[in-house]
Amino acid sequence: MSDDSDVYLALLASFAACSLIAVGGANAVVPEMHRQTVDIHQWLSDRTFSELFALAQAAPGPNVVFVALLGHYVAGVPGALITMFAMCAPSCTIAYGVARVIDRFKEAPWRIVIEAALVPMTIGLIAASALIVARAADRSAATVAITAASFALCYWTRVTPLLALGLAGFLGLMGLV
Amino acid sequence: MAWSRRIIVEDRRWLTPEEFNQQLAVCQILPGGNILNFSVMFGYRAGGTLGSLAAVVGLIGPPTLLMILAGMLYRRFGDLPALRGMFVGLAAAAAGLLIATVAKMVGTTVKGRLRPAHLIAAATFVTAGVLRWPLPLVIVAVMPVSIALAWWERR
Repeated sequence: MSDDSDVYLALLASFAACSLIAVGGANAVVPEMHRQTVDIHQWLSDRTFSELFALAQAAPGPNVVFVALLGHYVAGVPGALITMFAMCAPSCTIAYGVARVIDRFKEAPWRIVIEAALVPMTIGLIAASALIVARAADRSAATVAITAASFALCYWTRVTPLLALGLAGFLGLMGLV
Repeated sequence: MAWSRRIIVEDRRWLTPEEFNQQLAVCQILPGGNILNFSVMFGYRAGGTLGSLAAVVGLIGPPTLLMILAGMLYRRFGDLPALRGMFVGLAAAAAGLLIATVAKMVGTTVKGRLRPAHLIAAATFVTAGVLRWPLPLVIVAVMPVSIALAWWERR
């Protein structure tokens, strides 16, 4: 059992840290989650990481639920719940604290400056997430073509991203990738 | 996010569009998902501490259960040769989706001639994605510069 509790504690620590530095939301900390779970702890492979990420993208709900899937893969149902708690509780506590004093700094000039400073960082971090997922997923000409088609569909049309995921999953199921 | 806005602003009229944007702007500078932070604040406004808790559990509870179910199926069937291709395809499509998200954000927020924001985005991408620095290090290195540049641009 002590092995289990070691993993639980490691999940708790890794994701609580991710929660506090998740400026720009869950997709911005994908590089850090990958570093913690794949590179440092080696709980799962690069390939599995990108596939779990894709599964979470296909599901309803906020992006943060990806960590439940990650936690489940590492340590079952307790892992999912612990990881989700670790990822949500710290940032929600901060938001709760801010909710109590929000009227004081809604219009504060420093809030606008910080926001302007964070937006480009968020863009850079999500771009890094894209690189990590693409590097793990695109290992053949067919997968590169799917990534390109999915990009085109999501960027130039207003159809739901689920269509891109569904089509790609279907092509894969047919053995075409 | 689009859904929440439709329900909160358009259907139930709990907030005006201006109030919605203001609350969201505050959420964007806090750590954690925007919509998650938003639900904490909105829940607090509507029903105090319990309201906050209810909003968060309502937002993440059902998808978390769904993810646990998906996780069980993946562990059980993820390695079946028949399904292998499906996951490979899904992951490739998810990569395209992320790239499109980045492209859209670049299009709406840092368009125009080369500005400090472009350099900050590029520096963040290289340090976090290519060099694989730990995120706290990226934040400590890039954030002060980004804040200074944003402040300097607004003077």
